[in-house]
Amino acid sequence: MLSQKKLTSAFNLPIGSQIIGKWDRQRYTITRLLGKGAVGAVYLVKRDDGHLIALKISDQIASISSEINVLKKLTKVQGTSPGPSLFDVDDWISPTGENYPFYTMEYVKGERLDQFIQRRGMDWISLLFAQLLSELAKLHQAGFVLGDLKLENLIVTSDPIRLRFIDVGGVTLFGRSVKEYTEFYDRGYWQCGDRKAEPKYDLFSLAMVAIHCTYPKQFNKTDQPKQQLLAKLRQAKSLNRYQLFLERALLGRYKGCLEMKRDLEKHYLSRMSKNQKVILPSNHDQQTSWLEISIFSIISLITWLLAYLN
Amino acid sequence: MKQGKLKQILLITDGCSNQGEDPILVANYIQEQGITVNVIGVLDQGQTQSDSLSEVEAIATAGGGVCQLVYPQALSQTVQAVTRQAMTQTLQGVVNQELQQILGKDQTIEELPPEQRGEVIEVVEELTETSDLHLLVLVDTSASMQKKLITVKEALIDLSISMNSRVGDNQFAIYNFPGKKKPTSKVLDWSSKLNKLEAVFPKLTSGGMTPTGPALKEALYSFSQTGLLRSLRRNVEPEEADFGF
Repeated sequence: MLSQKKLTSAFNLPIGSQIIGKWDRQRYTITRLLGKGAVGAVYLVKRDDGHLIALKISDQIASISSEINVLKKLTKVQGTSPGPSLFDVDDWISPTGENYPFYTMEYVKGERLDQFIQRRGMDWISLLFAQLLSELAKLHQAGFVLGDLKLENLIVTSDPIRLRFIDVGGVTLFGRSVKEYTEFYDRGYWQCGDRKAEPKYDLFSLAMVAIHCTYPKQFNKTDQPKQQLLAKLRQAKSLNRYQLFLERALLGRYKGCLEMKRDLEKHYLSRMSKNQKVILPSNHDQQTSWLEISIFSIISLITWLLAYLN
Repeated sequence: MKQGKLKQILLITDGCSNQGEDPILVANYIQEQGITVNVIGVLDQGQTQSDSLSEVEAIATAGGGVCQLVYPQALSQTVQAVTRQAMTQTLQGVVNQELQQILGKDQTIEELPPEQRGEVIEVVEELTETSDLHLLVLVDTSASMQKKLITVKEALIDLSISMNSRVGDNQFAIYNFPGKKKPTSKVLDWSSKLNKLEAVFPKLTSGGMTPTGPALKEALYSFSQTGLLRSLRRNVEPEEADFGF
């Protein structure tokens, strides 16, 4: 939350102006504002070498330093991280002499998940969610939850098509209270649990992402939040095919990401086979192995017979 | 390692005090006792943020705390954010003092190179999560708050969800002002949960009095009554040692 007093220059930097790092003296030219969040502002900037990258600047030293710590830890998580990669960390001294910490990171280019879904259809949900879930699983394995998982923080990149997460402000160690959250996506708000960081917290938010896609204007909480959510889910026709999985995620019935991912994949593959008569890879494997076994046994039988007859 | 205790007063109001002591003076005094005063100014729909609520900012500044002006619908998120931010701020202050003792007068977290700063902030974060919190909420129940009280109640229940998801222990107390015949009355005595709040939350107190100063004084008294203040004085040295590196 930006305090009223400090609607300062750092959050309204004009296009073309430059930020120079206090420690590294690296120069960044502001190209445009990408967004303002709870902790600060994010700009698209051009580095001196011509690269377009994202720069996040803030007046809250504790929050931004903690985000930087998280980004550093994420780079140690094996394989592709769901978050953006961190480049530089520095401070900017404004013309009025205030110290603003900032960091630069990879610019994740793409469109918002809801726009993508609108264009290409609900079928994509299972694939994109399954992808995200395997990356989430890695994060969970490293002992963190994503925390502030919401539509606004999800970008679908085009080459390759992948669902990426662009704000790590909510990433929290297991067992602690979730650092940053948004009410509509928060299980505490819907009286479906507490705010302690554990895998199920993220799965609840992920289900809310799908619900938000079908209710673009969201909806207000009533006296019976949990029942209301489940009713809203049932009423959403476009979510019918995912209802079972989303309900399980909302009610905390999945122990972890991989369990939900398996369900989504099973569903996705069975739809493929129904609609397009594609043979399921798993069944295919089974068929080949059956064939192999039978061929092998026939050959051995023949060999044995030949040997016996001779 | 024994963790420190953080003591906060959260004042939720929608206007100017008009009875009793100057709340800014009282807030200053409270801060001297090692207790932070945070203020949330609740705005009416359509009210611009610069109106009559300048006293609210001044109280928070005097009390060493955080001030935030909000519309009722954003109250829940604000209450928890302000509480958390004030905890971080207090702990950052403690760490800064330590840094200055070790590294010299001008050395603060802000002045550290980013690499070391990150490590210090990790310690602050750890403390924010594990410290015990004693929070006294002071709710303005004068006539103008009428339509906002249900939202305040929900926000406080929500706050306890957030705080009880932490590792550290919590104690909450709730007072409202003006009380019946007194400046302040007790809604809920020190307890670790706020789910009882549903039943006991005060109805509106009639009358146009807003005795913010006396209410703050009463809040301070409540801290000393539970022995917190005494324990603060007694433990001042060991507690500071806990926060050191």
